Amino acid sequence: MNGNPATGVEPPGPGAPPPAIAVEGLECRYGDTVVLTGVSFSVREGELFFVIGGSGCGKSTLLRHLIGLQKPARGTVRYGGEDFTNADLAARRNLLKTFGVLYQNAALWSSMTLRENVVLPLEQYTTLNRREREEIVSLKLAQVGLAGYEEFFPAELSGGMRKRAGLARALALDPRIVFFDEPSAGLDPVTSRKLDELVLQIRETLGTTMVIVSHELASIFALADRVIMLDHEARGIIAEGRPRELAAASDDPRVREFLTRGDEKV
Amino acid sequence: MRAMTVVPSPACAETIVAGDDLVVTVGGDWRITGLLPSWRKVRGDRAPHGVRLRAEGLGRWDSSLVRFVHEVQGWCREAKISCDTSLLPETVRRLVGQLEQAQEKRLPVDHSQNFLVTVGLAATDVWRQTREFASFVGECTLSAIGLVKRPGRFRWRDCFSEMQQCGAMAVPIVSLSSFLVGLTLAYTGAIILRQFGGDIWVADIVGLSTLREMGAVMTGVVVAGRTGAAFAAQLGNMKANEEIDALETLGIAPVDFLVLPRLVALTLMTPLLVMYANCLGIFGGMVVGATVLEIPPSAYWIETQANIDLSDFSVSLIKSIVFGMLIAVAGCLRGLQAERSAAGVGRAATSAVVTSILLLIVADAVFAVLFNVLGL
Repeated sequence: MNGNPATGVEPPGPGAPPPAIAVEGLECRYGDTVVLTGVSFSVREGELFFVIGGSGCGKSTLLRHLIGLQKPARGTVRYGGEDFTNADLAARRNLLKTFGVLYQNAALWSSMTLRENVVLPLEQYTTLNRREREEIVSLKLAQVGLAGYEEFFPAELSGGMRKRAGLARALALDPRIVFFDEPSAGLDPVTSRKLDELVLQIRETLGTTMVIVSHELASIFALADRVIMLDHEARGIIAEGRPRELAAASDDPRVREFLTRGDEKV
Repeated sequence: MRAMTVVPSPACAETIVAGDDLVVTVGGDWRITGLLPSWRKVRGDRAPHGVRLRAEGLGRWDSSLVRFVHEVQGWCREAKISCDTSLLPETVRRLVGQLEQAQEKRLPVDHSQNFLVTVGLAATDVWRQTREFASFVGECTLSAIGLVKRPGRFRWRDCFSEMQQCGAMAVPIVSLSSFLVGLTLAYTGAIILRQFGGDIWVADIVGLSTLREMGAVMTGVVVAGRTGAAFAAQLGNMKANEEIDALETLGIAPVDFLVLPRLVALTLMTPLLVMYANCLGIFGGMVVGATVLEIPPSAYWIETQANIDLSDFSVSLIKSIVFGMLIAVAGCLRGLQAERSAAGVGRAATSAVVTSILLLIVADAVFAVLFNVLGL
């Protein structure tokens, strides 16, 4: 692992901006069951960062703790140097504006059109007038390739289109960070690849930091700048680095097995 | 947007007049959630022959800058003057172009309907619903015949669990509602009867109206709201999670597996609840008799016994069995018809309650005519 051996967090150089996300000593529990413990890592600004691991290793649990849906038993999560875990209500609300989330099933509000879905965060957090909000909605939907679909309901769209609409909603406030929970789940390989291309294109255009929870190897190798791998038994991070390097030369056979699907000749 | 600035500087748009043109310089950090310059205020009353946009000291920027540039371009187009954006970052220009194209492209989708179409659709919907209800009742009947033929295949455990849920667990709310209805009936009857010194006849009014009408109807309404809605929500949720599809692909009829246990449970438990509600209703009247009208409970009880007979109990029993069946059928049908979404499950629960209560009132009216003809 890079950086500080105690925490896994890279120490910022003098005058360097703090990392986009810094997680230190995080412990995630459900009641008395410890799912993850001692999890520390950082994500740099503009990085495409993957959280990988087998089913049940705690990837989604980690994501829920990062975005504040669950409170960690121990440890802290910082965004741009600001403490999110222990933030008061006002500070938390300010930090919530800085990231967007694309949920596994897009989580679009089914009784609202795409326009209403995307406009809601704008109504909540900006002082734009109606016409200005509509323009932003058009731009966001165009960015994800859904220009013209403003008045469609989620039920009228295909799975891939719903994912893209979910991404448009996640991007509504131009967040610095976007979290993705299993973006390829339920998508065919071609649609999945198109979504990967969209992720790259948005990062290129907006410089957004992307944190992607996934076990889709094709996406991991195509997109990831860096990955952390979680393990159910270790209840924490067992590897951190570039996916190709880890697949070829990780000391841990579990990591090599996961990244090569158990066939190291591939 | 690219540059990382810990302390953001405010977004600004400054103007300089260069000949006939207005040069607008955008700078600072443009955040959609922050304070933003307004083009109307930036341009003021000036009427230039052209606008030139350029960036200087531009830090982090987002869609708000794209929207601002787009607004300037739109204003220039309306004023029929030139707008030069060549000095802006390429990404900004590309996004402005994307916004321009997106605004022109709006796929036709019409969710509105005219009056005649709405009426026509509503009429066909009523016909469709009637057919579905009849078909569902038929399926339930066939399933019930199957139960009689092969009782071993019936899901007794589910049925007992539902009996506990819709019967025993409903006792507190049924107790409260029926006791209060008995109490109210006694008070209302006493207003008239006291004027004629006929206080004791309050027992007759409460006994008869509770047994023949209020006990079954009030319990029916409570059960419809409590159990009918729960049935619809459970089955609707199962449908949304594809659990019902899973049953069908295994060759298991959802009616046998899910509906019949609920139907049997509610058909058995509603009469018990109604009999219990009748007793509580009479007790409510007795409490008013003893405390307000000074009728001793023994006298009240003798008067009640003298005026109610087995036919009144039969009326109550027949009604309660039918009400139980109707509520179970309506609840399960609405659940199975639910759309596969959270909103669909909510609508199914609401629809189950409305349908149950409507059927209950219609059935009650039919019974009133029928019992009159039969002399019950």
